[in-house]
Amino acid sequence: MLFLIIKRILLGFITLFIVSLITFVGTEILPGDACTTYLERQAFGEQLEACYRRLGLNVPAYERYVSWAVNAIQGDFGYSLSGEMPIKEVLGPRIKNSLVLASAAIFIGIPIALILGIVTALWRDKLPDVAISTVTIFAMTIPEFISATLLILIIAIWLEWLPGIVIVPTDVSFLELLPNIVLPVIAIAMIMTAHMARMVRSSVIQVMASEYVQMAILKGVPYWKMVFKHVLPNALLPAINVVALTIAWLLGGVVVTEVVFNYPGLGRLVIESISNRDLPTVQALAIILASIYVSINLLADLMTLMLNPRLKTLQIRK
Amino acid sequence: MTVNSIYKEEKKSAFQKVSEVIITMASRPSGFIGLSILIFHIILAFISPYIAPYDFKAINPTLMLQAPSAEYWFGTDDLGRDVFTRTILGGRTALTITFFGSLIALLWGGLLGIFCGLVGGKIDDIVMRIVDAFLSIPWILAMLLIVSLLGTSTEVLIPALGFFYGKGIVRVARAATHDVIAKDFIVSARARGHSNFSIIWNEIIPNVRDAILVEGAMRWSWMLLGFSSLSFLGFGVSPPTPDWGLMISNARGLMSFAYWAVIAPIVGLSSLIIGINLTADAFAKALGIDRSTKAPV
Repeated sequence: MLFLIIKRILLGFITLFIVSLITFVGTEILPGDACTTYLERQAFGEQLEACYRRLGLNVPAYERYVSWAVNAIQGDFGYSLSGEMPIKEVLGPRIKNSLVLASAAIFIGIPIALILGIVTALWRDKLPDVAISTVTIFAMTIPEFISATLLILIIAIWLEWLPGIVIVPTDVSFLELLPNIVLPVIAIAMIMTAHMARMVRSSVIQVMASEYVQMAILKGVPYWKMVFKHVLPNALLPAINVVALTIAWLLGGVVVTEVVFNYPGLGRLVIESISNRDLPTVQALAIILASIYVSINLLADLMTLMLNPRLKTLQIRK
Repeated sequence: MTVNSIYKEEKKSAFQKVSEVIITMASRPSGFIGLSILIFHIILAFISPYIAPYDFKAINPTLMLQAPSAEYWFGTDDLGRDVFTRTILGGRTALTITFFGSLIALLWGGLLGIFCGLVGGKIDDIVMRIVDAFLSIPWILAMLLIVSLLGTSTEVLIPALGFFYGKGIVRVARAATHDVIAKDFIVSARARGHSNFSIIWNEIIPNVRDAILVEGAMRWSWMLLGFSSLSFLGFGVSPPTPDWGLMISNARGLMSFAYWAVIAPIVGLSSLIIGINLTADAFAKALGIDRSTKAPV
């Protein structure tokens, strides 16, 4: 058991190491480098040399990788090019803002998804199921930027209930942020909820068809007691992994949503830093987003492991 | 009746099999709707250059932001271009690029997954670690990097999308291969001394083909979503090519008084993605594969 957990954590670190290699090589082979982008037309002679020395680009690539990685582990990602400020300081408020957005979406999304999933499963192929399932298919297939644009058009422009575009400084306080995040949170929560509700539905249906549930019915266990005691605990366990993957997958969708709402989070920073060719920031973002993905998955795996007695004795399949 | 003739009766031609699958798909309401939408879009993509009433790049300053009328069915955009013309042409690029992209994803993802599942051991471990690493980088970051590195031409977008959406197929193909690898017919093929290549081609591919095809169909709709997001962010096709993602991002700023210019491409793109999704779902059900418990990796 302990061995499995340690092995799983080690695998996560190996994945992150490969990610760091990929992003380093990926940004390394971009034509031009930080200095030619920064100096633009003055990129020659003494100035270029000075810039290389200042950013430490005059040493071989593998040495730069090692020093970059050592610093990154300590949370120091170097300096961003455009703002000339430490990336740590650029990232801090952005991470906070994105976390606010993501956690609000998760806290709203998960309970709704559970209720919708259970309702659709218990009333399978009846009216509630057909209606809710149709809506979830729409919600999860339509691209984020379309649902976000429609939300702005209908709620902000036509009904004038809420502001459509977030116009706040990056380091805004939480209370000021609140009315601004309602629409982005709805846009993100919609897709996530739809995915999870579908997952919960099929999981509950599977358990309902199993032998021990049939047995419980034959024994005369009351319906709702059967649902809460026999079905749900077993149905929700496999859902944890998929929920984790869905959340991690949303990292990509959050980028688009943040751009649509002009929200000052990590996602907009991705676009800004790539447009500005701010490679140190791109590297930092890749590592941070990958770490979030890896840790969410790790957490889900460990939770499944802890909660499932059957898995305690078995090897987890990779 | 000889044994041989019974065997021949059971063997159906490829055409018969395909048409049977399509009929099963269309027998469900959701599958029928999905197929109809998809076929409509494919036909539209082929004939739209011939039926488009105006030139998609003809800019006319006197006709800026006209409301829908008999002359301009969906109105005009901020440059006075006909929105109807641009909407019916807007799916061509996206459909073509994502179709070939998913073919590439299917090929490399499927073959690598089968290979890893078959050989196992060290090679499998190393490849899967690298695939995991690529999976943990958000697709949008990776795609944006590639596009800003190599440009937004079709020759870049197709392989780049194909590569990035294929890594999930590696896992599916590998898992499907693991399911058949312990079966008797593989063991006996090994005992007969067949090479790995022969085992993959004759024994494994026919058995994992369905699972991989379904995965590929699903990838197609995700890739379409990803590609239009790229266009929307300004990293996809370049103007003045009519493209739904690009049209939405252009018309978005003016939608408080010219909502038609944003609604038309929204309807176009949403219906195509929903169509492909429903079709892929029906396809999975017709082949007897349950995908409802899969996460969008």
